[in-house]
Amino acid sequence: MKYAYYPGCSLGTSAEEYDVSSREVLHRLGVELSEIPDWTCCGASAVEPVSRLLTLALPARNLALAERETPGLDMVVPCSACYLNHLRVGRECAVDRSLPGRINEALGAEGLSYAGKVRVRHLLDVLANDIGPEAVAAQVSRSLEGLRVAPYYGCQALRPYALFDDPEHPRSMNPLIKALGATVFDWDMGGRCCGASLMATRRDVALVSVAAILDAAAGADVIVTVCPMCQMNLEAYQSQAHHADTISVLYLPQLLGLAFGLTDEQTLLHKNLAVTGALKDKLCACEAASA
Amino acid sequence: MKNTHTPISFTPETRSRSGDGMLTALQDMVRACMQCGTCTASCPNAFAMDLAPRQMWRMLLFGLKQEVLESRTFWLCSACYSCTLRCPRGLPLTAAMSALKRLATAEGGSANRKKALFYQEFMHNVEQNGRIQEMSFMCRYFLAMHNPLLPLEYGPLGLKLLAKGKLHLGGSGQRGRLGPLFAKVRSMEATT
Repeated sequence: MKYAYYPGCSLGTSAEEYDVSSREVLHRLGVELSEIPDWTCCGASAVEPVSRLLTLALPARNLALAERETPGLDMVVPCSACYLNHLRVGRECAVDRSLPGRINEALGAEGLSYAGKVRVRHLLDVLANDIGPEAVAAQVSRSLEGLRVAPYYGCQALRPYALFDDPEHPRSMNPLIKALGATVFDWDMGGRCCGASLMATRRDVALVSVAAILDAAAGADVIVTVCPMCQMNLEAYQSQAHHADTISVLYLPQLLGLAFGLTDEQTLLHKNLAVTGALKDKLCACEAASA
Repeated sequence: MKNTHTPISFTPETRSRSGDGMLTALQDMVRACMQCGTCTASCPNAFAMDLAPRQMWRMLLFGLKQEVLESRTFWLCSACYSCTLRCPRGLPLTAAMSALKRLATAEGGSANRKKALFYQEFMHNVEQNGRIQEMSFMCRYFLAMHNPLLPLEYGPLGLKLLAKGKLHLGGSGQRGRLGPLFAKVRSMEATT
């Protein structure tokens, strides 16, 4: 299996552990990644309030590069905001036939052209549906038995385009978590918004959402995420959300990496902002039981 | 550091179409609203809004533009797409919230322009660097907001990220790469 890879800006800086663990886990699963050369920012959630055309042209630039440099490959995207922005280009072009012309007029400034040939895939979609739980289970050397994992999906991997999961009751992570030997923590906060960029513009409002999510995770050992924005909001503001006990928050590929027995340099748990001693103890116990 | 740049400007609809063209486009997005209130009930941030989303769509259709632009409702949209997903009329409500942010930036006065600074500073940074540089973006944002308490709020997190080696001070190899695309989009939105 081979994919074009769009890491996105966060994965090069504040979400380095998501980038490294994704690459390592996919490599272990026999997936080859070809990073799109010279990719640029997709505009995240900031571009739509600024410019309608730029909202489509920025991700279209990366899609045009993928068409030219990594032809025929699906493009895998680990960040949910990047995923939605790139996915939206094709979706909107399909309903408004004047858009491809406008987008290409803009891309012409750089001699690029977009033909809508690249299929945009979320990393979770690839893990759950292309690779699947059986292939994941085959790589497990340290079963995570006894670990209660709360799957957190956030918003933009699920909505508005419900391509690989139920946007109201998401469950695509469940078979993956079970494949690691862990237990799925049953909750209804998996698709609840973390507040996203309101954490910067109206922190008081975002903290209400974060507190509701963290409170609902009481009883879980760890929350797993598939988006750097969700991850940051859930791990970095726990004390401001008046959350009494710290709860561990990991990226999904980090959890896979732990079960695969990857090294510390491959999972980068020390980069996370919320990893509790209780989680470390449980992981040690899992390791002892598997040895 | 002196704050010399003009915030990035993309206000196509007002410059080009007649003043109310942008409002008409927005009204078209919500014209089929049947006032069921599913949007309001689905919104995780509705508790902090002054106008419920359902009310706001109706006011837009009545042409109450100034009243809507004075509200904080659309600035509180976190783009979770719950309303868009559930709207029984299939209306693009999250996109309408973004369109309102653009309209307010263009016509909504200084209070609205200040609320738009976060997005504008972000895109200014992207235009310069090709890939967002979180550290320099937040520094510019603090300066533009003229609020001395803001950096203090972010101080503890900033230090934590710095200690984890997660804040990069260097530039991006893609610096300047997006200049031509931004310039082209700016000229296209000014003339269409």
